[in-house]
Amino acid sequence: MISIIDYGLGNLGSIKNMIEHIEEEVQIISDISLIKHASKFILPGVGAFDTAMKKIHKIDGLYETLNEQIVLKKKPLLGVCLGMQLLMDISEEGKEKGFGWITGKVKKFPKNKFLKVPHMGWNTVSFDKESSLTRGLDRKARFYFVHSYYVKPKDKKKSILSTSYSFNFVSAIQEENIFGVQFHPEKSHSFGMKILKNFSDF
Amino acid sequence: MLRSRLIPCLLLKNKSLVKTIRFDKFEYVGDPCNTVKIFNELEIDEVIIFDIDASKNKKSPNFDLIKNLANECFMPLSYGGGIDSIDHAKKLFDLGIEKISLNTSAIYQPNLVDQLAKVYGSQAIIGCIDIKKNMLGVKKVWSHAGGVNTKKNPIEWALELEDRGVGEIFLTSVDNEGTWKGLDLDMINEISNSVYIPLIAHGGAGRFSHVKDAIYKSGASAVALGNMVVYQKQNMGILINFPDKEKINELKFFNG
Repeated sequence: MISIIDYGLGNLGSIKNMIEHIEEEVQIISDISLIKHASKFILPGVGAFDTAMKKIHKIDGLYETLNEQIVLKKKPLLGVCLGMQLLMDISEEGKEKGFGWITGKVKKFPKNKFLKVPHMGWNTVSFDKESSLTRGLDRKARFYFVHSYYVKPKDKKKSILSTSYSFNFVSAIQEENIFGVQFHPEKSHSFGMKILKNFSDF
Repeated sequence: MLRSRLIPCLLLKNKSLVKTIRFDKFEYVGDPCNTVKIFNELEIDEVIIFDIDASKNKKSPNFDLIKNLANECFMPLSYGGGIDSIDHAKKLFDLGIEKISLNTSAIYQPNLVDQLAKVYGSQAIIGCIDIKKNMLGVKKVWSHAGGVNTKKNPIEWALELEDRGVGEIFLTSVDNEGTWKGLDLDMINEISNSVYIPLIAHGGAGRFSHVKDAIYKSGASAVALGNMVVYQKQNMGILINFPDKEKINELKFFNG
């Protein structure tokens, strides 16, 4: 059973659709008592970094409970898009602090006439290291991206996939039980399905 | 490597898909759910759907139908037509729509664009601009599915939409739409050179070379296809199809 955390931001319907399609059980939850009993989480998110963190803090006990479940109990979590960025310490997009589960920050793409921002569309990935999240993934896999900010971990070795958009940035990351993907697996056909299947098998 | 996107643009009238010529002369194309299902199986980039009756007839989006469409899609699905409130937008995002497109409502209640971009982020909001020549041959922005001349200058309006927070411009040349004769390269060029955000060019693509022209000569980030993906060929019957992968892979957009 995968539990999608609903804190009021993000395209929950399409993630749920795809997980159901790969015949895994899925629920959308925000209730603290349900989160305590869940075994595996997806942290979604679209929109602004500060809006997301403020919404998380607004739900009484959510921030603390997630910390406990992820850091102490080591339950697996996958952050998607903005959800990946929330795993980091800070973002250039705002003033709020992220979860800080992975050391590093979130930076903005430089804006110029040759580099359209947001980075939007289908892009390929290069494999930085082996991970259970990308096991068996087609080397020619392509994913759908929509984002204006990217994650920069302090330790480059945390990167499992990277993608080029004028320079290489981290498109998938792992720190033990914590995963993040900058792209939208739920919008990336069979390639995204493979990622979600791997996460559900982890 | 980021590849330029090719996007089927599907037009909804009542509960059917239609194809038009210059936003007129409707021809029945097929059932929307079946069509979207075919595109999903072809693993195409994304799909955009416009309800061309909604704003004209002051109707809300058909949420039941949109829900069924979203369930068929494992790719980004955008929707436009009749969205005139935050409440509409919320319902659409909850159903699994990736991006919403505003045209008429952006013109008559521009603050809605600012509000939506603030709540859902720019990446989720498309500013849709329909362009048609007036009697003197000057290109202007039209609202209500090409029914009303707003007299706005297209470039100024594109800049205002960007400023208000849309994440993409969807530019349609009504004069070229459905004609197979190619896109309005001048207009695409002028707007893509004026804004920092991606531009989706639409209206007139009849051959793959037209697509390439819009991207390489005029700087479009994506091209939306109508006739090319619903007809077998010009003057031939309906056939839902998509350019083959080898051709699409020629559309290298940015190699970092």
